[in-house]
Amino acid sequence: MATSVRTSDTLLEVKHINVDYLAANGTVHAVNKVSFKLGRGEILGLAGESGSGKSTLAYAIARLLRPPAEITGGEVLYYPRLHEGKEGQSLVTTTDFARGAKRGSAKASENGHENEVIDVLQLTPAELRAFRWNELSIVFQSAMNALNPVMKIGTQITDVLQTHRPDLGPDSRKQRAAELLRLVGISPDRLNSYPHELSGGMRQRAIIAIALALRPEMIIMDEPTTALDVVVQREILELVSGLCREFGMTMIFITHDLSLLLELADRIAIMYAGKLVEMGASKELLMHPRHPYSYGLLNSFPTIHGPRRKMSGIPGYPPDLRAVPPGCPFNPRCPLVFGECHTVVPELRSATPENPEQIVACHLYDPRFHEGIPSTADIAAEYDKLAERSTAR
Amino acid sequence: MSTQNSSTPVIDRPESSGAILEAEHLRKVFPVRQFRLFGPPLGVQAVEDASLALYPGRATALVGESGSGKSTIARMLARLYDPTSGTIRFRGEPVKLSGGARAMRAYRRHIQMVFQDPFSSLNPVHDVRYHLSRPLRLYGHARTNAEVTQQVLELLNRVSLSPAEQFIQKYPYQLSGGQRQRVAVARALAARPEVLLADEPVSMLDVSIRLDILNLMLRLKDEEQLALLFITHDIASARYFAEETLVMYAGQTVEGGPSDEVIQKPKHPYTQLLISAAPDSDRIKEGKHATLPARGEIPSLIRPPSGCRFHPRCPHAMPICKERFPKRTDLGGGHWTNCFLYGDGGTNLEQSLITVSKPPTKTEMSGQEKSE
Repeated sequence: MATSVRTSDTLLEVKHINVDYLAANGTVHAVNKVSFKLGRGEILGLAGESGSGKSTLAYAIARLLRPPAEITGGEVLYYPRLHEGKEGQSLVTTTDFARGAKRGSAKASENGHENEVIDVLQLTPAELRAFRWNELSIVFQSAMNALNPVMKIGTQITDVLQTHRPDLGPDSRKQRAAELLRLVGISPDRLNSYPHELSGGMRQRAIIAIALALRPEMIIMDEPTTALDVVVQREILELVSGLCREFGMTMIFITHDLSLLLELADRIAIMYAGKLVEMGASKELLMHPRHPYSYGLLNSFPTIHGPRRKMSGIPGYPPDLRAVPPGCPFNPRCPLVFGECHTVVPELRSATPENPEQIVACHLYDPRFHEGIPSTADIAAEYDKLAERSTAR
Repeated sequence: MSTQNSSTPVIDRPESSGAILEAEHLRKVFPVRQFRLFGPPLGVQAVEDASLALYPGRATALVGESGSGKSTIARMLARLYDPTSGTIRFRGEPVKLSGGARAMRAYRRHIQMVFQDPFSSLNPVHDVRYHLSRPLRLYGHARTNAEVTQQVLELLNRVSLSPAEQFIQKYPYQLSGGQRQRVAVARALAARPEVLLADEPVSMLDVSIRLDILNLMLRLKDEEQLALLFITHDIASARYFAEETLVMYAGQTVEGGPSDEVIQKPKHPYTQLLISAAPDSDRIKEGKHATLPARGEIPSLIRPPSGCRFHPRCPHAMPICKERFPKRTDLGGGHWTNCFLYGDGGTNLEQSLITVSKPPTKTEMSGQEKSE
């Protein structure tokens, strides 16, 4: 893959980030010490059930959280691209942002480009404005309703350009807007349409066009296809992955439906109750899910081919984040639960010596607590027993 | 309608086939309130000539994208809408569309519905007990408070909401999506129906919870010999859940038959499109990447395309497809489709048309490779 060279280069580093919601009846630890690195041009899939903290994590990275949510610890470091390399096709004259980046960088050396790091959590509001959309843009959940119903599509695109690129004249803004629509597969004569005149899929494409307006380095997609039909969903996924490969964009794709990520993402991170429980290359994760929760998620959807068999899904419900069970948060639902799961909180560690890239937070892979590494078939066997029990009653 | 030929055995013999609820040639046009000086008034042609039958202890899946008319069919069967034309038969007797609230209630005692969105189908100001006690009292299954409480607890246990004593006094906001949907299922069961119409019962839920609800409904189907109509846009869950699958496109039923047959050997180009768009982990494991055979979205149903409504998107469209909708072709084993590629009713078209049908066989072949 062409992007493999690029991915070695880190774009974003999240270190031990904590997000709490300060509610009247107890603090909700929505994101709990999550750390990961994101390479340039990489597509990271972030999966988990609702309430697992995946959206909160993304909003924390974009600094979009509002009270009662609060980032109570950690760092988000952003490494801007060395600007010489950026293609001339981009409208964003890269030096523009380089200035902004230098202002915004807490750790930037005075004159060197190499060490330029942006500490996202320390940016002032003005710097944040320059950072968002230029470097990082976000497509929200139910994006179909994110368009202003009384403004034309074209106006909504040029709006972004007007705010962030005041140097562009009205004509070039409009030209750019048309170009963007073409990019996402909408005919440019739709610039004068209102959102209600577009179908759901087209509205979603328009939103993606707005997110791409300044050709950001990184894009966060928060469940962009949940409200769409299968065929349209598939088209949007193809569009998104095509754009990412074409422009070398980095993406975090958030969804609760792991099946969507398998073809799209380079790496997949799985969250449960505010914690990262497993992360690895998507193919590895598909073939050998290590955490019992990952296995459960992968086997929550029936397949089209192969034998028709009873499936169990994952028993129970996600925990109340005000009262997460002690030990491993997944222990009340886990079919492979054993003694230490109730007392010791598992830490992320390499699942197998052969593949140190795949990390998992589960005592089954900790030689102190569990002998031998369980194979995927072992996990499957436990889930099958569960399926038999659940249908037998 | 005279177009129906004798190759639809289910509908012709209602008594002997044992169908509990049947729909024949249902059609629904929603009026469009728009001032038009000239021409006939416009209407949304939501459902065009749909026929289906539900059997006790069996599930039928209705698959299609939004706007395909699948929910409209369920709502007509639940008598939330009256069909523009066509008949609904319950236990072989045609259902009268006239008749007041009493007739409606008598009908709904037997036919209940579970809605898509458990967040809006429960009243936020009432607790679980109230939601379940309403149908119990309305249909005369419980009279005193003690009876109501006892039956509500039974219902909660049946949908695996335990401890039931705790759930009985909870309000919807205290429940998760999956728990709410269980309450909605319990509410439908409270009337002790024979037919359950489930309109995308899991699409609003988390993937991990979906199977739980589907398994619950499968268990109830077996235990109570319920006839289930399962509406979904996810063709894989149709295969998991239902014995029989019907595929709809833009208000027309295009293919149907035993689920495995329809999904493993899809004939209609639209069914093939749906299947290639569905995520498939087997395909990824083998490192294959499927391309979509067609693109686009469901057309406006105010002025739908003529003939077969799929023809503007169909990769195999022929001139005849624009002219009229093909008759149902029986493919054997209960599998049928409405597509000129496979003939027109019982009669095969000329040989030239059959040679055009090569492309779908190709995609079909690769589908078989995958399954092996």
